[in-house]
Amino acid sequence: MNTLIRRLAAFPLVLLGVSSLVFVAIRLVPGDAITAMLGTQAGLLTPAQKAALAAYFGLDRPWIAQYWHWLRALLHGDLGISVTYGKPVLEVILQRFPLTLELALLSMAIALVIGVPAGVYAATHAERRSDLVLRIGAMIGQSTPSFVFGLVIIYVLSAGFGVLPAMGTFTPLLKDPLANLGQLILPALTLGAAFAAAVTRIARSAMLDVLSEDYVRTARSRGVPARGVIWRHALPNALIPVVTVSGIEFGYLLGGAVIVEQLFALPGLGRMVLDAILQRDYALVQGTVLFIAFNFMVVNLLVDLTYVWLDPRIRARG
Amino acid sequence: MSLLKALFRHPSGRIGATIVLVYLLLAAMGWIGLTPHDPLAQNRIARLQPPSARYWLGTDLFGRDVASRLMTGIGQSFLIAFLSVAVAASVGTVLGLVAAWFERFWDGILMRSMDILLAFPAILLAMLVVAVLGPGTWTSVLAIAFVYMPIFTRVVRGPALSLKNREFVDAARTFGSSTGYIVTRHLLLNIVAPLTVQVTLALAWALLTEAGLSFLGLGTQPPAASLGVMLSDSRNLMEMAPWLMICPAIAIMGGILGFNLLGDALRDILDPKTRVARA
Amino acid sequence: MTLLSVSDLHVGFGRDPEKSEVVHGVSFDLAAGETLALVGESGSGKSVTALSVNRLIDFGGGRVTRGTILLERQDGSQLDLVGAPEAELSRIRGAEIGMIFQEPMSSLNPVKTVGAQIGEAFRLHHGLSGRAVTSAAREALERVRIPDPVRRLGQFPHEMSGGMLQRVMIASVLACNPRLLIADEPTTALDVTIQAQIMALLAELRDETGMGMIFITHDIGLVAGIADKVMVMRDGRSVEQGALGAVLDDPQHPYTKHLLHSVPHFAHGKAVRCDGPGADGSERPAPALKVDDLTVRFNIKRTLFRPSQGNIHAVERVSFDLLPGETLGIVGESGSGKSTTARAILGLAPSSGRISATGQGLRPVQMVFQNPYASLNPRLAVEDLLAEPVLAAGHRFDADARERMHMLLDRVDLPADSLTRYPHEFSGGQRQRICIARALMLNPSVVVLDEAVSALDVSVQARVLDLLVDLQREFQLAYLFISHDMAVVERIAHRVAVVCRGEIVEMGPSAAVLSDPRHSYTRRLIAAVPNIARRRVHFDLDTSQVPSILHPAGWEPPEVRWLEVGPGHLAREEVA
Repeated sequence: MNTLIRRLAAFPLVLLGVSSLVFVAIRLVPGDAITAMLGTQAGLLTPAQKAALAAYFGLDRPWIAQYWHWLRALLHGDLGISVTYGKPVLEVILQRFPLTLELALLSMAIALVIGVPAGVYAATHAERRSDLVLRIGAMIGQSTPSFVFGLVIIYVLSAGFGVLPAMGTFTPLLKDPLANLGQLILPALTLGAAFAAAVTRIARSAMLDVLSEDYVRTARSRGVPARGVIWRHALPNALIPVVTVSGIEFGYLLGGAVIVEQLFALPGLGRMVLDAILQRDYALVQGTVLFIAFNFMVVNLLVDLTYVWLDPRIRARG
Repeated sequence: MSLLKALFRHPSGRIGATIVLVYLLLAAMGWIGLTPHDPLAQNRIARLQPPSARYWLGTDLFGRDVASRLMTGIGQSFLIAFLSVAVAASVGTVLGLVAAWFERFWDGILMRSMDILLAFPAILLAMLVVAVLGPGTWTSVLAIAFVYMPIFTRVVRGPALSLKNREFVDAARTFGSSTGYIVTRHLLLNIVAPLTVQVTLALAWALLTEAGLSFLGLGTQPPAASLGVMLSDSRNLMEMAPWLMICPAIAIMGGILGFNLLGDALRDILDPKTRVARA
Repeated sequence: MTLLSVSDLHVGFGRDPEKSEVVHGVSFDLAAGETLALVGESGSGKSVTALSVNRLIDFGGGRVTRGTILLERQDGSQLDLVGAPEAELSRIRGAEIGMIFQEPMSSLNPVKTVGAQIGEAFRLHHGLSGRAVTSAAREALERVRIPDPVRRLGQFPHEMSGGMLQRVMIASVLACNPRLLIADEPTTALDVTIQAQIMALLAELRDETGMGMIFITHDIGLVAGIADKVMVMRDGRSVEQGALGAVLDDPQHPYTKHLLHSVPHFAHGKAVRCDGPGADGSERPAPALKVDDLTVRFNIKRTLFRPSQGNIHAVERVSFDLLPGETLGIVGESGSGKSTTARAILGLAPSSGRISATGQGLRPVQMVFQNPYASLNPRLAVEDLLAEPVLAAGHRFDADARERMHMLLDRVDLPADSLTRYPHEFSGGQRQRICIARALMLNPSVVVLDEAVSALDVSVQARVLDLLVDLQREFQLAYLFISHDMAVVERIAHRVAVVCRGEIVEMGPSAAVLSDPRHSYTRRLIAAVPNIARRRVHFDLDTSQVPSILHPAGWEPPEVRWLEVGPGHLAREEVA
């Protein structure tokens, strides 16, 4: 239990580090914040007006004071106001997040459903032709960037079948589940392919390691049939690295799949950050990055919890 | 060199090493300007031409030769990948050794800092660096190095910590060997193998990230040729001129595949854990 | 009635098993209720032979290429296991042939409870389910005398000691009343007192059930207590087999003779050295190493949610002198603090007390570690390895140092071309010779040998011990020889100190301590040591727990009183 408690204790610390890193990074952006915020319209302001604005946003105060102010607001759930949207940052984020979450979950489901059985199959047929085919497939899958895979899907669909993936207005899940799924299935496949390749590779090598363990030999010596050895004795041990890899990938996906959202014109978190960076909406960048890092850390914590559930040694060692 | 020999005896090592060598050759030619055409020269008459004897891989919307642009693009991608991995590996290794050697305080500080960096999705952190520094070649190098450095720190720290408790380090202490000697000869020398594997995999990942950043418009800026930009530009022309998409797509995939295969083979060769179990 | 009949067994590995054969035509028979001991050193093919019997070798990349393995089934029919299909084999494994392994810790699945792993056999072979499994598993644990079985069922392997786990292994194997039990070095990883108990348990259960047993071991001394027949193996062949008495008392093959006579066996203080300082009546020299009140305590740190638990008293007030040319053996079981003592003397563990060594140079005390595979940096050539102590001491690696290096290499019988080679090119024994040469580079007066021969094969062990004795005479070295192995200590030590729970309980001349132990712990320890001469002894099962060495902060051990029971022979007074 101790590891978990330590992790929990470190949680606010790392979050504080993340927030200050984001804060400092934003202040390091060249040019003054008002110009950055208003873009071309800044030229229309007189220096006095600029100063007034700076005072209004608290930008004339020293960094430490600004940081303190920002942190205090943060504790109250106030991430500031987005200039481009004219809405509170948190509201904008929460509007975009369901899509990102759904996409991430869908991709992970695809990855695990394909990856774990494929990895186990490859490991139990190691060095045979089926293993070779799976390994080559996984290797190519892992070497294909999501934007290449996405483009290929779009190209094949449009050139081969004359269909274009449903882009345009996004339908929320609860409004029309079928239409929603229709919009998300291709991006989820795009993301899930590389993810599945990673899961296959790690599941295969973990399974191979576990199959050479002494306790697997013991199980065989007791007359446990091959299938029982694989699924009941080996797999629970081999899942531990699979959980690690899946957790990391899932955490990254929760940060928004910038490129795939861009490619399929999906209004998710990732594209929002990209737009915010390009449009210099710094309150939004700051808030979203913090939100994403927070999610990532929560996922890591869940991964740790899964370890404890999977491995009694961790439970005891703490 | 026995390593090279072993590499060429390993099936995926042979393919990986060949791919990487071919890319290095193309990159070098791209860099010294040994391309069939000027990659930047526009030609209004020869716009969107399919592959032909004159233009091996066709031309783009501005009549520029795709093959030449591909070569300089590969040169650019490889330069960024190698530089960024060199920076990430050297800084990460030093930090990892420091964390492992001093444990307690420095380990805590360094590893929590790495946790902070690792709490960002990679591409997001890279985007943030680009936002601060403005897009460009050197920014890409720094961004990718910054993102990958904590991974090297972890890769070095883990084995260094366990090596530190090995008997040969105990033996060195009983002789009174200096810290410098122990860290370089007993720790670092024994981490070279996993480090080599990690460097190869990092190169694959750096190629991917560089292409991704360029694809989003945050990496190499047009008109300079870059695989990501070429791919991004091909999107609206994909049905009219599919070669504009296919060529850079294959180029990116091939490079990443080459390094991944090489990394896998190196792992097999340098970490000879016999895997004989069958189910 | 033959239960098992193996004839002309050939086993090979890899793609071309006939070419890379490791077992070349082994034959033996085993009757029900009989025990056959397979004795051999590493690489002799004894484990491969055993794993071939239940065809587990198939999963390790091996294949039976020739021969027959005839097993008499429960119903009286005979089956050749060599040609049997895997489905049939998995019905036989566990139900008719049980197997226990060397490392109980790694042989049980870490993520499943002990109860689930024992219960599995009942589910598979008896078709039990639900509560019946639990109660059957509980009975199985009771049968191997595990106290508090209900609580144990819910525990995971890492929560139990090695001896307990080996009992769990035995319980899970016996669950199905197999007709044949294969025990592959079942006690090698265990302490000697635990070993004695496991051996006793195995013998008792065998007599109770009437099963046949194949007992694999590297220690011919161990077979006397359990086997009816012995087969000695070397390089994949059986060199000699026969009834226990015939093989042990009248060995025919030179290798069997070698195992019986050239290899250290415990002889109750009759095989001790009689050279040593002062043996010829000359005056005793000043000690080379003097240790007074050496104490090592590890603080169990307070954490956020747990108050300090106190200190682990790993080594407590250990004092001794060591003369030039003398060997002091420190014996004790795992966790007794013997290795920590060595590490503290070399400054590798924080300690209090006084350690003074006399000798030339900065570091008159050098150490040789247990594992020759881990104590040499695999990436450095032998020359660099030998140069390290010289450079570390701030000397130049000059012609004198080179000359010493060549001299030492020659003294430890390593070829002169070894210098440019790397550790992996040497065998375990050769590596340990490199370690010894390295320890002698700076001309120390004291060498601490921490289980220095424990990882080596018995034949190699004997040769390295001879080398150590020669070097001691030549350089007047003082050895602090730390070992769990009584037989080895008997061969090399002039004096012996017995440690238990961090404290010395008895110390004196080897002959006196080993032949006439006075402290109850020493007696128990010596009684547990296997012995060729002792046939069929019976051990009582002892399930008492060793008291903890974790004490609350501020705790001090009670004052110790020593009884002088003979010349130089001290034993701790025991409070009844």
